Amino acid sequence: MEGHSLPRSEVVGGAKGALHLRANARVVRALGLRSIRQTFRRPQLMAPIVVFPTILLAIQTGGAGSAVELPGFPPVQSFLQFMLAGAMMQSLMLAGNSGGIALAVDIEMGFTDRLFAAPISRYAIVLGRLAGTAALGLFASLWFFAIGLVFGAEIAGGVPGALLSIALVTVTAAAVGGIGAAIALRTGSASVVQGLFPLVLVVLFLSSAFFPVGLMIEPAKTIAEYNPFSFIVEGVREPIVSGVDATETAEALLAIAGIVVIGLGLSARALRHRLRVG
Amino acid sequence: MDATANLPAWRVNLATIGALMSRAKNELLRVPGAAIPGVLAPTIFFLGLNGVFGALTQLKGFETGAYESFIVPVSMLQGAGFTGAAAGVNMARDIEQGWLDRLLVSPAPRWVLLAGTVLAASARALIPGAFVFAIALLLGAGWPGVDGLLVTFFMVAAMAAVAACWGSMLALRFKSQSAAPLMQAGMMALILTTTAYAPLALLQGWLEEVARVNPVTQVVEAARQGFVGGVSWAETWPGLLALLGLLLVFGALALREMRRTGA
Repeated sequence: MEGHSLPRSEVVGGAKGALHLRANARVVRALGLRSIRQTFRRPQLMAPIVVFPTILLAIQTGGAGSAVELPGFPPVQSFLQFMLAGAMMQSLMLAGNSGGIALAVDIEMGFTDRLFAAPISRYAIVLGRLAGTAALGLFASLWFFAIGLVFGAEIAGGVPGALLSIALVTVTAAAVGGIGAAIALRTGSASVVQGLFPLVLVVLFLSSAFFPVGLMIEPAKTIAEYNPFSFIVEGVREPIVSGVDATETAEALLAIAGIVVIGLGLSARALRHRLRVG
Repeated sequence: MDATANLPAWRVNLATIGALMSRAKNELLRVPGAAIPGVLAPTIFFLGLNGVFGALTQLKGFETGAYESFIVPVSMLQGAGFTGAAAGVNMARDIEQGWLDRLLVSPAPRWVLLAGTVLAASARALIPGAFVFAIALLLGAGWPGVDGLLVTFFMVAAMAAVAACWGSMLALRFKSQSAAPLMQAGMMALILTTTAYAPLALLQGWLEEVARVNPVTQVVEAARQGFVGGVSWAETWPGLLALLGLLLVFGALALREMRRTGA
């Protein structure tokens, strides 16, 4: 079996790499858990993720529920079923924003400086925060599925459809969290990241999160047609309202990939900036 | 000798309320950026709801064909809700920084301290109200007439007072800015569980029931009347009565917390 053995230096190098990876994974896990605990302990971080989207879901479903009678409204079992994806999107975007605020608070309080001084990968620090945001996205999707099921919404795609939607929401939360983290690292100011809260609402309103694009009013309609978040919403919604659709899923994944690339790119630049300015 | 020593109590109280309102005004002038979220949030909601739910006017039962006219008073009231909640957050900050303690040891009655905060919020709510109204006019919302406009702005100012009482009550109870989401969520729920999105007949199930008993529905309808038709006393007095009731209830609760604080 000599042909399969590696030179000693490579074996040592490979083992070192594996150890390094394991150490980083431990850091990501620890920071991710810290980020989740932080969110559950602070009502000002938890409220935007669960309370506000739930209140809005209830009010919009009750207030605009008759919209399903409008000509051109896609066939759905109920307006609640239609709105579940929008509520999940709202929740995950606010989770990304909250993650950014928490990271900025860590920077303001000097916690991030201590992490930077520790013998751990700098990227693991950001990934830890994103892992926490992804977990909150997962929690949000489960929360809204539970609400939907309790109040009579059907999941047309069944368990596989629900799992697909949950996966898309979780990954999108991490992707959006990347943008929040980038802004936090760049500015180091919690109030600046908090100031982006209205922007989250703008992005949501200018997407198909709350209403079918075809029934929206110009210019919101045209903007929503090209808004990448509309593709993600449709990818999450389709398994709920009519079943898994490969095209919608592929478009959603493409949009998520775009946001991941932007988020990672911005985060990497911001991290370099943060390390330079301290 | 103290210049206020010979003044009647009501004049001293009035001067204290004026000073507290002036402090709130100074905050606004010195940190104008602090007012932006309060203006931006209702504006975004107005533009967003109009763009998203505008087609609802095609449903039978809508009093108007222009959703911007239908929704603008709601957004103005939302602005009042945000402003009132912000007054609560500011009070929580004052508690955290020890400023309220200093006010409490002054000879000013507790209700005067509360009135200063509440009236300042009422005045401040006119800023987001005016901004949203201007945007709505630009987008083609109907002119409500001078009487309609006066009724709407009165409702906005009074709703901000209600929200400020609610925010102050929570600030005094929790003594922390962490209670901010509760202040905002409470007002958001109170204002939106009404005929905010659609007329009563078009609301679904539970919301229709809640909107029927929610007193803010009367406030929304009174504020809206000039935008969707004519102004009448029959549509105005239920709103005034509802506001009076809300002010009495939330004012009493806030005052109770104020009296308990530092007692």
